[in-house]
Parts: sequence; C-alpha cells; structure tokens
Amino acid sequence: MPEPVIRVESLAKDYDTPAGPFPALKDVSLEVAPGEFVAIMGPSGSGKSTFMNILGCLDRPSRGRYLLAGRDVATLDKDETAALRNRTIGFVFQGFNLLPRMSLADNVALPLVYSAIGHEERLARAGAMLEKVGLGGYAGSLPSRISGGQQQRVAIARALVNDPRLILADEPTGNLDSHTSEEIMGVFRALNDEGITVVLITHENDIALHARRLVRFLDGRIVEDRPTRQFLPSAASHRHPLPREGGRGEGTPC
Amino acid sequence: MLGAMLREAWRAMGANRLRTFLTMLGMVIGVGAVVLMMAIGQGAQYSVAQTISSMGSNIFVILSGYTSTGGVRSGGGSAPTLNVSDAEAIAELDGVDTVAPVHWGSVQMVRGPNNWNAWVHGTAPAYFDARSWPIAEGSAFTDSDLRAATRVAVLGRTVAQNLFGDEDPVGKTFRIGQAPFTVLGILAPKGQNLEGRDQDDLVVMPLTTAQRRVFGTAFQGSVRQILVKASAPEVMPALEKNMEALLRQRHRLREGADNDFTLRNLTAVAESAAATTRVMSLLLGAIASVSLLVGGIGIMNIMLVSVTERTREIGIRMAIGARERDILAQFLLEAIIISVIGCAIGLALGVGGAALANTLAKMTVVVSGSSVLIAFAVAAGVGVFFGFYPAKKAAGLDPIEALRYQ
Repeated sequence: MPEPVIRVESLAKDYDTPAGPFPALKDVSLEVAPGEFVAIMGPSGSGKSTFMNILGCLDRPSRGRYLLAGRDVATLDKDETAALRNRTIGFVFQGFNLLPRMSLADNVALPLVYSAIGHEERLARAGAMLEKVGLGGYAGSLPSRISGGQQQRVAIARALVNDPRLILADEPTGNLDSHTSEEIMGVFRALNDEGITVVLITHENDIALHARRLVRFLDGRIVEDRPTRQFLPSAASHRHPLPREGGRGEGTPC
Repeated sequence: MLGAMLREAWRAMGANRLRTFLTMLGMVIGVGAVVLMMAIGQGAQYSVAQTISSMGSNIFVILSGYTSTGGVRSGGGSAPTLNVSDAEAIAELDGVDTVAPVHWGSVQMVRGPNNWNAWVHGTAPAYFDARSWPIAEGSAFTDSDLRAATRVAVLGRTVAQNLFGDEDPVGKTFRIGQAPFTVLGILAPKGQNLEGRDQDDLVVMPLTTAQRRVFGTAFQGSVRQILVKASAPEVMPALEKNMEALLRQRHRLREGADNDFTLRNLTAVAESAAATTRVMSLLLGAIASVSLLVGGIGIMNIMLVSVTERTREIGIRMAIGARERDILAQFLLEAIIISVIGCAIGLALGVGGAALANTLAKMTVVVSGSSVLIAFAVAAGVGVFFGFYPAKKAAGLDPIEALRYQ
C-alpha cells in the first residue's frame, strides 16, 4: 500500500473563547491514499472548515498528529509549512480569490513566484495551465472580465500550476449556479482521473456525489465514511479528460 | 523574484495613483526642502570661507594705540606707538612666518584725464605673502625698492580699472600730487571682506616710499599696523602671548598699565563667523528634516491603510505559499520605492530651487555631492523605517483571518 497523502491521528482542535476552550474537533482520525477523491460534508459548526484549515497547513492542531505526504506538520517551522502550501497543496476557494489587479496568467503564475521560478518559465507554465482549464485565450484578461465559472477554472489552474500532490477545495461551487457547478466538478473529476488527490468540502449532496468517498462530520467528529454510490468502475470510461468551457454536460455522468 | 516583486509594487502603486502621488509629495517636499536648505547653508559657509581665505591664514593684526588730546580719543592706529623695529623684533620670535609693517592713508591719484581716491598701503614685500595675495600681472616690489624708497606701486584691480580703464597699467605711470609712480603689477582680485568693503580698492607701495614721498609722515618708521603671519595654527596662542610680552617690554609699559597697541587674532574672528554660519546651516537643515519626517509618517500612514485594504490579498498569497518574509519584503519594497522616487523628484526640485535662488536672489548656493547622497540615503532609510512597521503587520497576519476578511 502506498504512503497515504493525508494521515490524521486522533486530531483535536480547541478554540479559546471567553466562555473557555471550545472543542471544534475531537479525536479525528483519517487516511487519504494517493488518487482518492474525498468529499467532506457536514452542517456548519461541525468542524469541517477547521479540519480543512489544518489539512491546508493554515492552522495547527491542539492535539494529535497530522502527516502530510509522510511529514509530521507539527515539526515544521513557518517557512516550511509555507513551502508545503506552495508545492504540495493546491487551494481552491469558494470565493475564487483571484487577485483583481493581475492578469489571469499572472494570477495562475503567482505560486511560482514563491518557489523562485524565473519569469519566462512562470508565464509558460501559467499559459499551459490556462490552456488545460480551457481558458487559453484569456491569459491577459483581468478576473473582473470573466464569469464566475471561468474565475473558478483560473483558480484551479493556479492550484495546479506547481504540480501539487493534493488539491484542497473549500466549497468550490458555493458561488456558482448548478450548471456551472457541474462543469467545475467535471474538472475536478478529470484531474482526479489523472491521479491527483482531491479533498473538497461541500454541504450539497449533489456535489459530494461527484467524489468517490464521502466523509461526514458532526460536532467535531467523523460520523460517516463510505464510498459514494456513483463510484462505479465502469463510469471512468465515460469520463471526458477535461470538459471545455461551454461544453455543457459533455459525457460527465452524475 | 525581485523582478516579480517590483512589478507587484508598481501595480499596487498604480492602483491608486492619486494616493500614491500624495504620499510621494510628502517625500518630495521633505527632500526638496532639505536639499535646498543645505544648499543655502553650505553656500553661506562657502562665502564665509572664501572671505576668510582672502584675509590670509594664521594672521595676527597689531594696531598701534590711540591718541588722546584733551580727553578726545582718536581711533586705533592714530598714535605712532608701533614702528618698524617692533616689526623686526617680532620677526625674531618663534613661530613667525612673515611680518609686514603697514602704514596707510587715503590719497588722490591721477592718470591722464582720470583721477581716483584710494587707500595707499605702505609696507614691505612680505605683505603679499602675509595676506596670501598673489600678483596677477607684472611683479611685486622688492626689498631694494624698500631701501631706496623708489616710486613704484602695485595696484588693486578696482584702482587699476578706475585709473587706466582698458589700458594695461603695468609699466605705466600715474601721479600722486606732482610725483610720478610706476606701476609694477596688478593684484589678483579678492572681493569684499567680512564687512563688505572692497578689498581691491587700494594701492600697495614700499613703506619708505609711502612715508617719504606720499604721506610725509612726521615720525619716520612708525606704522599703524603690523601684519604677522604665524607658521602654523597651533603656534598661534603661544605666539600671541609672546608678542604681547615683547611689545610691552619694548614699549616699557609698567605692570598694570594698559597696552598701547591692540593685538587681534584675525583667524579667531573669522572662525567665529564661520561657526555662526555653520550653526545657521545646521538649523536650516534641522528644520527641513522635520518635513522629511512628516513625509515619512505619511508613508507609514498610507502603508497601514494599504495593508488593511489588502488583507484578503495577503491571506491568498499566504495560502498559496508566500512566506512571512515574502510579504514583508513586498510591502517594504513598496514603501522604499515610494520614498526613493519621491526623493529623486524632491532632489530635482531642490537643486532647481537652489539654482533659482542663485539667479533670482543672487544667493551663493552649494549643492554638494554629499548632500545629494545624504538625501538619498535618508529617503531610503525613511522608507525602510516607516515602511517596516506596516510590512511587519502584514507579514504577521493570520492567513485564516486574512482570507475571511471582507
């Protein structure tokens, strides 16, 4: 069995509040193997966002261990966790979080700036990524000139540009209509088919069903962990590598 | 990396041009004021230094005492208490470079249709050396001229122009009364002294010639002034005491009696004038520096606003792998760019203003390389100093909080 990308052991997180420590996560254990596509669900306040922040090395657990690609995150200093966020993890946010004053190519290339990659190579790789998400012709545009779905594709391109082992997506379809959401989920599935590990948070069942595995949180604990019923071996053959912008419903089974 | 960060900073500055401009304006005014004030201050110091060097260096002036007739006292130099042998005795003292006795008077002189009134200094050839006053054309008179009391003279530039106009005066003659005098040379122009008097409006001739053939002095050999040039600045205090003791002894002054001469250290007088202008230029610089400080605070203020405005951007950058020092460097660089560009513009305006003060107000201004360098260093320093706190604040943001910030 290959080394898990994510390995969480008895993880707990307490927040300090005026009324005393509030346990957001209580004794969570989880393993995610390379190539998995995991949807994390749960009502608000269930601890899924806290869990996501810890997985993304933005926050540290109060107790327990978190190994990302075999490295114990607790032993790393700030610069090393920044490097992890830069090279090992790709983030996709609900609000897209593109920098408004930068061209799409510059947005996509931004993580490469922090891995000290030269200007020429940055632009080449950013261009290739935009091409991959079907926005090759928009490299010089500003984020405000394109639609929400397109912005999220750009955000995905940015998450992918440094060749991460893990994509973390926090409600990536939360700001999109249902049709565009399907398209974006198609992109994630295609990426997963290429072998990239994807973990996404959602509170929509329809969205979660695109994943192969579903983990449900409630009150800071995992209450359910099972494969989704859509995960059928035969479904893979139907999958289109990457649906293009506007190619609605093209062979993306739900 | 640096290239990307520079582009970044440029984009951020371009996002709110008016604000960037106003922030810069604080630096522009600050640096401009510092450069201009330093130029004016150094200009004042320069002109004082010029005047001092025109007096000659390490110079003592000994003036003869005053006469008192029925309680009416005349000014210094009016009584014949000093004479040539005093000068010769002083020349024997340690630390004396040259000594020149001087007797003077105001005289009317004629050349063809021109006539002019000027001071005649009767002295020894050492005079030119003591006053560090080179001959521009022709030559000075010699010791043999002094012994023979020949009718020769060296003219100051002003006298030469007024008597001879466009003619070359060297070798020509002019008259004082009926006696003709041959012009041996022309002095290099010296300009005004500390009191603003034209130093070039004089005629220098041998002391003997002046006393016998011009003034007809009653006590031959008595002089109004002795110029003493010390060999080095360090020997001046001791020499001053020795000269005073020597003269008191030679004049047979009893213990407790007042000096019948006045001994002045011209260098000390000049130094106090120099010190005054130095303090003045320091003061000007200090006041101008306050505006530089205010400009720096303006940068800090705007950078703090900018950090707050861009909190979300900082969160995004951190999430995709920016280290704290990347964020710190980004904001610091922006502050430094604003202050350095502001400094460059301020420098141009300051130098331009100095040139304007020079042409319009006829002020002596000196823009030295060091003042330009200092202004640049200070501006970069201000950028770092006032940019650091906001940058540190940006780098210390919690990425989760920053991402949540609306």
